[in-house]
Amino acid sequence: MTAVSASVRPGRLKEFWRYFSENHGAVAGLVLFAALVFVALAAPLFAPFNPDQQFRDALLVPPMTRGSEGLFLLGTDALGRDILSRLIYGARFSLFIGVVVVSVSLIGGVIIGMFAGFFRGWVDTTIMRVMDVILAFPSLLLALTLVAILGPGLTNAMIAIAIVAQPHYVRLTRAAVLSERNRDYVTAARVSGAGPLWLMFVTILPNCMAPLIVQAALSFSGAILDAAALGFLGMGAQPPTPEWGTMLAEAREFITRAWWVVTFPGLAILITVLAINLMGDGLRDALDPKLKRS
Amino acid sequence: MFGFILRRLGLLIPTFIGVSLVAFFFIRLLPGDPVLLLAGERGISPERYAELMHRFGFDLPLWQQFITYFTDLVQGDFGTSISTKKPIFTEFFTLFPATLELSFCAVIFAVVLGVPAGVIAAVKRNSWFDHTAMATALVGYSMPIFWWALLLIIVFSGMLGWTPVSGRISLMFFFPKVTGFMLIDSLLSGKAGAFQSAVSHLILPTIVLGTIPLAVIARQTRSAMLEVLGEDYIRTAKAKGLSPFRVVAVHALRNALIPVITTIGLQIGVLMAGAILTETIFSWPGIGKWMVDSIFRRDYPAVQGGLVLIALIVMGVNLVVDMLYGLVNPKIRHQR
Repeated sequence: MTAVSASVRPGRLKEFWRYFSENHGAVAGLVLFAALVFVALAAPLFAPFNPDQQFRDALLVPPMTRGSEGLFLLGTDALGRDILSRLIYGARFSLFIGVVVVSVSLIGGVIIGMFAGFFRGWVDTTIMRVMDVILAFPSLLLALTLVAILGPGLTNAMIAIAIVAQPHYVRLTRAAVLSERNRDYVTAARVSGAGPLWLMFVTILPNCMAPLIVQAALSFSGAILDAAALGFLGMGAQPPTPEWGTMLAEAREFITRAWWVVTFPGLAILITVLAINLMGDGLRDALDPKLKRS
Repeated sequence: MFGFILRRLGLLIPTFIGVSLVAFFFIRLLPGDPVLLLAGERGISPERYAELMHRFGFDLPLWQQFITYFTDLVQGDFGTSISTKKPIFTEFFTLFPATLELSFCAVIFAVVLGVPAGVIAAVKRNSWFDHTAMATALVGYSMPIFWWALLLIIVFSGMLGWTPVSGRISLMFFFPKVTGFMLIDSLLSGKAGAFQSAVSHLILPTIVLGTIPLAVIARQTRSAMLEVLGEDYIRTAKAKGLSPFRVVAVHALRNALIPVITTIGLQIGVLMAGAILTETIFSWPGIGKWMVDSIFRRDYPAVQGGLVLIALIVMGVNLVVDMLYGLVNPKIRHQR
């Protein structure tokens, strides 16, 4: 990530923060997101119980019930596990999924898009046609099919979602490179003897970062939603993993009897995704004047 | 314009070959032997195995297998489902009207609410309506729709008992399939209450599937309107003394709708992905549920055929959107 720090000089960082902090929603999103990261990292400190511990005398108890073991703030599920504790540990999975998917698809997409935009010709044509193929499938369907090939599970779900998210980065990078590659500063670097790799990743890349950062925020929340959807369909993280989508899938049959087992995991997904999208809107407004909502 | 269409069609050929390659390798990359997979869980004798190996052409070189597969696809042979033994093409298009009807209603729902909300938010910028609408849109945009569906079921089916939980129409009604669209067929049947039953089954799935497009359309309409409202011709229209309503509804909206129409077209992928979840939850007998069921039934030829057909539909819709866009915006048409 040296490219980022190189592109964001102190002055720019200050300017960025000025624009970003003007947007109250974005700041709220940032605070909420930071809180979520903190809760996820320090899960054992916050969770009142072990997320897998089953209290046989407290099956499906409603929120605010005091059991023999302590207070079940958000109630328990059908196996007597404390929902709050499972949600807190579940935050780890969702954020981990987001980080892994965004890193993998961002790095892969930037490298591929950089090659396409820099070399043009048949390299470009081949890469873009392959991306067209991936984009011809609805993302969730392709992810589902990939998981069917790879086998259900969290790791495979993340691989599938990363593959599906990749073309967006490729297209953005390529478009940015196409508009940058003939600028004077690139020619200057080339004339002074910079090789293609140096030109691509040191000279050009830092100037293409703004749309990529915005896209990263968008696909972070998209990855969390897709992973939860796969978990919900039984193709993502497998029980007893306290992943939020998987928890919802397990809760489905109790929908009429115990509203809390259904309500809270979904609320956790919604709040997380909302926080990231709020931040993403702020990032877009601050980084990308062209995309700015007038 | 004709050249533009031809260029766009030309781009679809490599994409289609790529899509069929993906579908082709899907069955071959699955863990395990393809014939054993096709045979299902009952097992198979060695002689029968060899025979099937030969019949499906799995003993041929890979490139020859692909040529055969691709030729079949071009001729409209998308394979046969293991579980129903029917051609996948027939099966797909028997179920497709259900998905089309649901998606169509979802888009209508999204446009009817989203466009006016976006317009009002833009005209009354920074008012309480603007803030509320955009906050709501952001929540809708961030919604895990499978959870949204469950919540709506809890409230409207469970607590209030207003809407049914699953299916397309009450089992009390039975009438011949004419168009495959339940709303039309129930009207044609002339049975009292059939149409109401179809509508009540459609409401919750429509809301669920339409939520994300609604949020996207409202946001897009607002920003497109804000851009247009700053243009000189709007000032001219106002200066001419036209009523504010006419300025907004005719002069501004007409120009703001161009990017909005593109956005609606681009929602097709979102709709198809949403249909997978919505149909599964509401037991809606469309292709989304069919694909998920096929994956769980290990009916891999059905998944394979469905992948190609769905990709073809997405490609077709994108082509139409591209052409519409080229039609209204000559700048796009003459690119390259």
